[in-house]
Amino acid sequence: MVQNYETRYECHHHDVLVVGAGGAGLRAAIEASAQGLSVGLVCKSLLGKAHTVMAEGGVAAAMANVDGEDGWQTHFKDTMHGGKFLNNWRMAQIHAQESPDRIRELERWGAVFDRTESGKILQRPFGGHTYRRLCHVGDHTGLELIRTLQDKGVHSGMDVYMEATITHLLMDNGRIAGAFGYWRESGRFIVFSAKTVILATGGIGKAYSVTSNSWEYTADGHAAAYRVGAELIDMEFVQFHPTGMVWPNGVKGLLITEAVRGEGGQLTNSEGERFMKNVDPKRMELSTRDIVAKAIYREVKEGRGSPHGGVFLDISHRGAEFIKKKLPGMYRQLLEFADVDITKGPMEVGPTTHYTMGGLRVEADSAQTTVPGLFACGEVAAGMHGANRLGGNSLSDLLVFGRRAGIGAADYIRQNPGVPVIRDEDVDAAARELITPFEQENGENPYELHRELQTMMQAKVGIVRQEADLQSALTDLQGLAERARRVSVQGSRQFNTAWHLAIDLGSMILASQAVAHCALQRQESRGGHTRLDHEGYNDYWARHNSTVRQENGDMRIGVSELPQMPEELAKLFEEAV
Amino acid sequence: MTPESELTTSESTQPIATFLVFRGSAEEPQGFQEFKVPVEEGMVVLDAVHYIQQHFAPDLAVRWNCKAAKCGSCSAEVNGKPSLMCKTRMDALPLDEPVRVSPLKAFPLTRDLVTDVSWNYEQNKRITPFTPKDENTDAWNVRQEDVDRVQEFRRCIECFLCQDVCHVVRDHDQKDAFVGPRFLVRLASLEMHPMDAADRIPFIKEEAGSGLCNITKCCTEVCPEHIHITDNAIIPLKERVVDRYYDPVLWFLRKLRGKA
Repeated sequence: MVQNYETRYECHHHDVLVVGAGGAGLRAAIEASAQGLSVGLVCKSLLGKAHTVMAEGGVAAAMANVDGEDGWQTHFKDTMHGGKFLNNWRMAQIHAQESPDRIRELERWGAVFDRTESGKILQRPFGGHTYRRLCHVGDHTGLELIRTLQDKGVHSGMDVYMEATITHLLMDNGRIAGAFGYWRESGRFIVFSAKTVILATGGIGKAYSVTSNSWEYTADGHAAAYRVGAELIDMEFVQFHPTGMVWPNGVKGLLITEAVRGEGGQLTNSEGERFMKNVDPKRMELSTRDIVAKAIYREVKEGRGSPHGGVFLDISHRGAEFIKKKLPGMYRQLLEFADVDITKGPMEVGPTTHYTMGGLRVEADSAQTTVPGLFACGEVAAGMHGANRLGGNSLSDLLVFGRRAGIGAADYIRQNPGVPVIRDEDVDAAARELITPFEQENGENPYELHRELQTMMQAKVGIVRQEADLQSALTDLQGLAERARRVSVQGSRQFNTAWHLAIDLGSMILASQAVAHCALQRQESRGGHTRLDHEGYNDYWARHNSTVRQENGDMRIGVSELPQMPEELAKLFEEAV
Repeated sequence: MTPESELTTSESTQPIATFLVFRGSAEEPQGFQEFKVPVEEGMVVLDAVHYIQQHFAPDLAVRWNCKAAKCGSCSAEVNGKPSLMCKTRMDALPLDEPVRVSPLKAFPLTRDLVTDVSWNYEQNKRITPFTPKDENTDAWNVRQEDVDRVQEFRRCIECFLCQDVCHVVRDHDQKDAFVGPRFLVRLASLEMHPMDAADRIPFIKEEAGSGLCNITKCCTEVCPEHIHITDNAIIPLKERVVDRYYDPVLWFLRKLRGKA
């Protein structure tokens, strides 16, 4: 049958379509271009504005520039310990082994890291890392990383589609065939045909009310891939960063980089006590994020919080000059935004939604999802960080697996030379679905629905969970999903933010359902998932990942056994004891 | 959707600010629309714009991402001054008169507060990218003192406020002859990189139009990252151009070596 969608929609053809232009997407697009492929890179915002710019503290790589004893084995062990051994061991191994090369490569592309006395790349300590391991540029490492990749990318021959949103993946007989979306500016639809698609769409943090994430973090990739049959794993593991500002209101949720603790910042409660000594006396403030976040939560719950419901974080004892050099962005930002001078006194901080450990199941070496031709890297992919991510491991993750996804896509195209065909009816169905909010009158307000979703998720599927809350959350989500189908928007399709949110809502609700279901299923507390009614680790759950997939239109929740670590890697942990 | 309940409860305790927000596109009618917004402690202009979106004008077009002055997306003009909306505090504005929020003037209007900034992305493509002196893959040995200068330029978040305020771009619309302050900063970051091998001086003079800058320092004043754009980036580049093209001794030496 002749397909005529090309006569009705704007169409672009590529070997590889990369969705998302943060660090992972850019790195994947650079690699696929280097392999000689035609690459399209779609970004929801302007190029270079993705969430990677928010990363502050640094990028983890066992370069041993400061602590000579460091090596990939220690980085691997730290990552597995941090992830409470729920990580995909092979991903953690590849990541630890390849990160140093990715940093040196970045330097070759123009990145300018802070230096040691002897002229090497400087590395700083961070929570859960045995050695000083985070390569950094003051406290704006993410900006350095994305700008370097952006400048490399625009000279690599790829086509960049700025301010476009992908809403649907298109299939041909079980393999990926392309994607459907719209230009934010005009509201016009676009069809991309592609032999492979690499998802690098980030996390789901905008489903929560207290969050360090921007409007873009709406689970687009999770939802689109789920709908074409991809499997999600470990969705219950949401990282709450321990130190978001709780006050003043204008900066509520604003992230205070872990580098503040890395450089000596101390956490105290209302009684002036460094409470981390009761939880992790050895590592204190440099314990892993899940442990610090829960400790803060407990102090506040038990009445030892700061006036605005957080705890105090103080770096002022390091002196003004040191702070301005090491944390220049943080210093200026808090002074200008909040009248808080961190060289003179403490900040009030508490946990803020930060990172999604769960996501698409991928093959460790190739980054391919369970759908042929569909790849995923960065935050939307799962496995690398297990139940809890170490600070600094995200920037290195996106470099290592962004590159691997680019190579994986190239290999796939070599092995599957055919050109998949997009079907008219799939394109038309996607277009009809997107138009619906304009055709419904007096329906729900997307902003109001979003606010309800965020408040509910924060209260019932937040930092600590229990069965009754999770059951109630699932009922609420059912109701929200139905109301989201009745949402209506006015005006034209041109840069209509209410319409954009109406579309994103469906993805956020779907991902939230996956989180709540998995959280209900996992009857233990581990890393980013804490159950008041199931405290401590459980042997069965120590050996299982949670799984989510679509079956006959329903969300099917299950488990799969953790991949078995080979003998030589398992031995590394015996030696440590 | 109506905020009545919130307004009645807040009216007694909270001050109300009047906003005049630019609405319209090239095809639609244009003008300022008035909105009343309750002011909370610690509020910034972007919070007010979000309030307007959520309560009165759901289709109000605005760009923003991080709300933390790190991404440079929410650039607009607040009371005529190019500003990041996420960084413009309400308590720093005179609230006895309306707060005017309008799109960047130097770029074509898309809709409401959104402008077409694609010209900026085209400029970056014209610049010869970083070209390493040393191709081997060992880690480089570079002193902190040698990169301090470049690191200042690399703090740029590409908000394009400097482009918007620059007379050459804004009032004289010489976009074909001048890349603007942002890309002179980018050029400076490459030219002063201790490990870069490319020569961009002819480009800086002929195509980037460094001579068109008349050092009014407006760009430096609006930079949210406090980069000393004029003093540390543009003036040194101008000096390099002068040294290359107008220094009689160097000119003579080049003639001798046959490198005009």
